[in-house]
Amino acid sequence: MSKRRSDWESRPQARIRKWYREGFLALDNEIIDHLTRTTPQPPYTEDRLVAQQEEMASRQHERTLALERLDQHNVLAWARTRGRKAISRFYVVLALALSALMIFFLLETVALMPRFGDPATPGANIVSERYITKGLEETGAVNIVAGMILDYRAFDTLGESTVLFIAASAVLILLRIDRNKDGSPVQELIAAESDDRHYEPRNDRILQGSAMILTPIILLYGIYIILNGHLSPGGGFSGGAIISAGLILYLSAFGFEKAGRFFTNKTFTWVSFFSLMFYALAKAYSFYCGANGIPSGIPLGTPGAILSSGLIMPLNIAVGMVVACTMYIFYALFRKGGL
Amino acid sequence: MWQLLYENLEQTVAVILFGIGFSILLLQRNLIRKIIGLNIMDTAIYLFLASMGYIHGQKAPIVVDGITSTVAYINPVPAGLVLTGIVVSVSFTGIMLALTIRLYRRYHTLDIDEIALLARGEDA
Repeated sequence: MSKRRSDWESRPQARIRKWYREGFLALDNEIIDHLTRTTPQPPYTEDRLVAQQEEMASRQHERTLALERLDQHNVLAWARTRGRKAISRFYVVLALALSALMIFFLLETVALMPRFGDPATPGANIVSERYITKGLEETGAVNIVAGMILDYRAFDTLGESTVLFIAASAVLILLRIDRNKDGSPVQELIAAESDDRHYEPRNDRILQGSAMILTPIILLYGIYIILNGHLSPGGGFSGGAIISAGLILYLSAFGFEKAGRFFTNKTFTWVSFFSLMFYALAKAYSFYCGANGIPSGIPLGTPGAILSSGLIMPLNIAVGMVVACTMYIFYALFRKGGL
Repeated sequence: MWQLLYENLEQTVAVILFGIGFSILLLQRNLIRKIIGLNIMDTAIYLFLASMGYIHGQKAPIVVDGITSTVAYINPVPAGLVLTGIVVSVSFTGIMLALTIRLYRRYHTLDIDEIALLARGEDA
């Protein structure tokens, strides 16, 4: 019996019960004692000593902090004045050294290149031979370069025109100043217009007189260059640039109101769109026919005549229109933020 | 090497021009001057390509009197490449100038370091 009892007593359950019955008060007393016991106070003298030590330590800390701050300030001041100068001088030296090194290596390469004007240069290979010997009979263009960029490599030229159009669109997005929804001008537009009135010539007699004489001639010359793109040096890109030069001359002489009568944002959009669309469709047709061996039905004409060489002249016109519109809208956007 | 460089004078000049444009791009802080440097680099490339296509004693590739033989005309391919280069150069010059105008309107400076500092101040 006693053994059984002791077994039972050692079990955790029994211990808890025992603690609950007997030990609860004892534990409580202990806790109360712990909470209410007053800690012995140190003597007064010791307290003062500690306070002194603490004060000294804090002074030391402040001194180091001030020194650190001074160091930091010195470093920043150095960086702001002499350090910046030193770094920028180092940068200049480094940049010049890099450029000189690049020029040196490129000159080494140039020394190994084929001689200037050498007929046996590897650039004059089978590709250019084909363009020169077969270009006239395959494209009908007397100007071999025009035949190359608008027939053999027409896809490349479509990409170029698209790059120009996208550049014009990007500049339009960046610089265009829109009107309010009710059509009244925003503050920015008023400021841009007053700037334009202030800095650009208005009714300048000399400019208007020379523009009156020169603009038609320049436009005619540009049209000539575009239409003769397959017969003589020139083509859509150069002719379009010349036409846009004439338009810009007209705009700077007579102002936006008169130029706006024949060239607006809508003109830009539709001319560019139709030119690129025509180009893409025409070349798609001719590539499709060529790839499948179908005769395209586009007459090549007699080489040297103005109406010859198939699609090259219309394509030149399309490219020229895109280029002229792009250049003109560049000028208008940079000058006033819109047409 | 000097002899070889003198024989290839056009390409030598083109390469030096390229280096000058590159150093302008690195050294100048003004954005407009940086764009000018890039355009000088472009010009160097055009000169290089045009000089690569030239052959002594041969003419521009425009057929005269129906003669189509490789000994009569220079290489037409570099001319097309230069054309592509000019178009791309015009496009990116336009876009970069437009971006420069926008930056100037916002920060009232063309110095790229100042613009970077101001932009950092805006972020903070």
